[in-house]
Amino acid sequence: MTIIDRRLNPGGKSLANRQRFIRRAKAQVKRAVREASAGRSIKDIDRGGEVTIPSDGVREPTLRRSSEGGVRDYVLPGNKEYVEGDSIQRPPRGGGAGSEGAEDGGGEDEFRFALSDEEFLDLFLEDLELPDLAKRQLKGVGVPQWRRAGYSSSGSPSNISLTRTMRNSLSRRVALRRPKPEELEALRVQIAAIEAGEKSGDIAALREQLSLLEKRSKRIPFIDPIDVRYRRLESTPKPVAQAVMFCLMDVSGSMTEHMKDLAKRFYALLYLFLKRRYKHVEVVFIRHTHEAEEVDEQTFFYSRETGGTVVSTALEEMAHIVEERFKPSEWNIYGAQASDGDNAPSDNAKTAALLQNVVLPMCQYYAYLEVGADDDTPPGGERPTTLWRTYAVVNGPDSPIAMRKVRHRRDIFPVFRELFQKKADQLAEA
Amino acid sequence: MTLVTESDPRLLFTGADWNFDTIRRVYDACEEIALKELKLDVYRNQIEVITAEQMLDAYSSGGMPLFYKHWSFGKHFARDEAMYRKGYTGLAYEIVINSDPCVVYIMEENTITMQTLVIAHAGFGHNHFFKNNYVFKQWTDASGIIDYLDFAKTFVAQCEDRYGIASVERVLDAAHALQSHGIHRFPRKRMPDLRTEQKRAEERRAHGEAIFNDLWRTVPTKKGKSKDTADQDARRALLGLPEENILYFLEKTAPRLAPWQREILRIVRHIAQYFYPQRQTKMMNEGCATWVHHRIMTRLHEQGRISDGSFLEFLHSHTGVVFQPHFDDRRYSGINPYALGYAMMSDIERICLNPTEEDRVWMPDIAGQKDPYAVLRDVWANYRDESFVSQYLSPALIRSFGLFNVHDDEDEVDLNVNHIHNERGYREIRRALSRHYDVARRDPDIQIADVDLAGDRRLILHHRVVDGIVLDDEDTDRVLQHLADLWGYDVSLREIDDESGDMKNEFTARPRASFG
Repeated sequence: MTIIDRRLNPGGKSLANRQRFIRRAKAQVKRAVREASAGRSIKDIDRGGEVTIPSDGVREPTLRRSSEGGVRDYVLPGNKEYVEGDSIQRPPRGGGAGSEGAEDGGGEDEFRFALSDEEFLDLFLEDLELPDLAKRQLKGVGVPQWRRAGYSSSGSPSNISLTRTMRNSLSRRVALRRPKPEELEALRVQIAAIEAGEKSGDIAALREQLSLLEKRSKRIPFIDPIDVRYRRLESTPKPVAQAVMFCLMDVSGSMTEHMKDLAKRFYALLYLFLKRRYKHVEVVFIRHTHEAEEVDEQTFFYSRETGGTVVSTALEEMAHIVEERFKPSEWNIYGAQASDGDNAPSDNAKTAALLQNVVLPMCQYYAYLEVGADDDTPPGGERPTTLWRTYAVVNGPDSPIAMRKVRHRRDIFPVFRELFQKKADQLAEA
Repeated sequence: MTLVTESDPRLLFTGADWNFDTIRRVYDACEEIALKELKLDVYRNQIEVITAEQMLDAYSSGGMPLFYKHWSFGKHFARDEAMYRKGYTGLAYEIVINSDPCVVYIMEENTITMQTLVIAHAGFGHNHFFKNNYVFKQWTDASGIIDYLDFAKTFVAQCEDRYGIASVERVLDAAHALQSHGIHRFPRKRMPDLRTEQKRAEERRAHGEAIFNDLWRTVPTKKGKSKDTADQDARRALLGLPEENILYFLEKTAPRLAPWQREILRIVRHIAQYFYPQRQTKMMNEGCATWVHHRIMTRLHEQGRISDGSFLEFLHSHTGVVFQPHFDDRRYSGINPYALGYAMMSDIERICLNPTEEDRVWMPDIAGQKDPYAVLRDVWANYRDESFVSQYLSPALIRSFGLFNVHDDEDEVDLNVNHIHNERGYREIRRALSRHYDVARRDPDIQIADVDLAGDRRLILHHRVVDGIVLDDEDTDRVLQHLADLWGYDVSLREIDDESGDMKNEFTARPRASFG
């Protein structure tokens, strides 16, 4: 008998099979992921979790007999009252007198399993086709970090690389034919044997050879300073690993549930995007009517407010919070504003100025999303809204602002993609 | 019964924790009982300790330590994992592989009592069964299976490298769909060598000369077969038809498969064949292992080598395993193979030692035979579930299980209880239950009947419909599609009623894009 401890063997032997399964059921899993993500809060969107897919695509058919019809016999245990010749009413579904009846829980037509966080996010983002290019172009403020970068011939003793040094030493000794200790020893033994008269030989020649080799082994050191190598470290800038995302939204009466839903989806995407890039992402929710306030997520999306619409209040609030809690030198600041485009006419100039002079300079990126009703474009073309016209003034090629209009859920992903692609193009031109 | 206290020096272990020394001690103690008292004959054991995660991994590939890659294993893994994480199902305490040496996986989470149980159950019970049962002897090669799986895995991986994952997956999908019909159910006739052939020819001639009578020449003969049927018969004989092993037939004769595709069919077929004995002996195999672990644990307790506490822990788990819910219980999902198997083994022991008059009538061979272990060893070696039930299900057991037979005829309004556990019903119930365990009867009888070689090369299969139970529509369509893809030409499956000879149903499929 042998006992083998396999606990330390690498686990995840089924990983490859699992990936194949997910790839196989991709279309269904993707749909399931999208449905699952719709019901989640922004911060939970990248959590893995259980998804249910129709088992149709991952069915393994076999040649089997139908579970209904024909003449069958069932042997069942636990008879209490039946005697020969009794009749039992046929159970409503199928003929299976209990033995093949439906089990509790999901039947044949559904397949339930859990996705890991990583798998969930991959599928979710794959849906977006988030360009890798855009990710690289988003700048982070550098903080130097030391990284291994090969070997050098100078450095601090603590960084000495023994293996490299010994390797160099060995090759040098081989190249210069430094005699090995065994060779010297063998010669000495030979000389001693001749001296003791056990053997005959040219003792003078041997002695000369020995002294020659001894000299050489003294001349050629075991380790020479030129052998020594040090591990080289290089400082590379590392992006600041924290970001704050401001979600600004108009919650005045004109914003419908549909519009808020669009906004929520957009925020969720942005959050995910930032999350992949930064270790630590804070989210600040600012809602505004004619006055602005910071609220939690629940209130942000689900409570109703009445009042006018003064956008500058939200920008002021944002500037205020940044000043208080998020120093621009330490935080990557992202703004995302969703609105139906209304603003009090008297506020436009102030908003534009605030945006241009205060908000944009401290932001990494500022996205304005104008959400519309789910119907088609009104006849006679679309008139730009008040806010759109205001922001269009600020929107220049060099400012980190992007503006988009979204009407349908299906537009969210493309618009999101477009926002980041545009930035990449700009930088490519520069 | 003596009370065994926790400080008894004879104890193999105390507490719940284990280490490799205790496992070794426990193993030696079990081995002593298994080999000396029960006289079991086992392969060398290789006990491997694994984690729950690894147990889940092992689940998904039929318990085998290595397997080729395929999405369906990932699917099983995903489902098992979800079920396990939500607490719907526990994990098995062990997995045992029919190989030489016999690999027994035990989980690190088990207490030492459970490890003892597992070693007795798998390392001696299943192991003995694997080594001695005729079905396993006939169909599986325990010493070669791991090497073969290794070959299969490497071969499939190489094919994926060379031909792409997608095309290998297509072949595997198709092969998996047909694997229930990729089994030789009977040892095939070996081609006689020339010497035997010659000897038989001589014998035949000698026999012919001995019984020669010129009168026979004058007896009018039936008209010979028409040339057409003769041709047809010759052609079918040439193709080896009818053939029930569909994968084998495809591997040998499908016109459009590449050699590597044939090899993959062969691999799937061989692995299905390896698992076939397990399906035929599920109940006996578990019964044997359960009975053996119960006996070994009881003996250990009698010898004072495990404490009362751990013996109770064992009994708790044992009774859970051999629990048989009644048919009207929510938990009922068929007859529990552990329960029936264990009950039958214990019953045989009882009949050997304390037979009743009834037992003497029903089982005169073994009743009062004083060596139950020898009888059980003989049973384990020479039966499979079907024959075991029809030989050894005693009236006493039928009564204690309260078995009754329900007859379900779709032409009648109600189900009919036609046999119960009484004098008139014993034989019928035994026969019905034995049929239930007959794998060859449970799987539909589908054979390749003919190939239209002169015409469009259509492959024609017949399903012999027994008791009017036809094939499942949806699945059959899908499987037939796979079959057509492999065959490369049209395929049709006719369902022919066994009694009337009428065709009840016909499925057809044409191949999608060629496999090339």
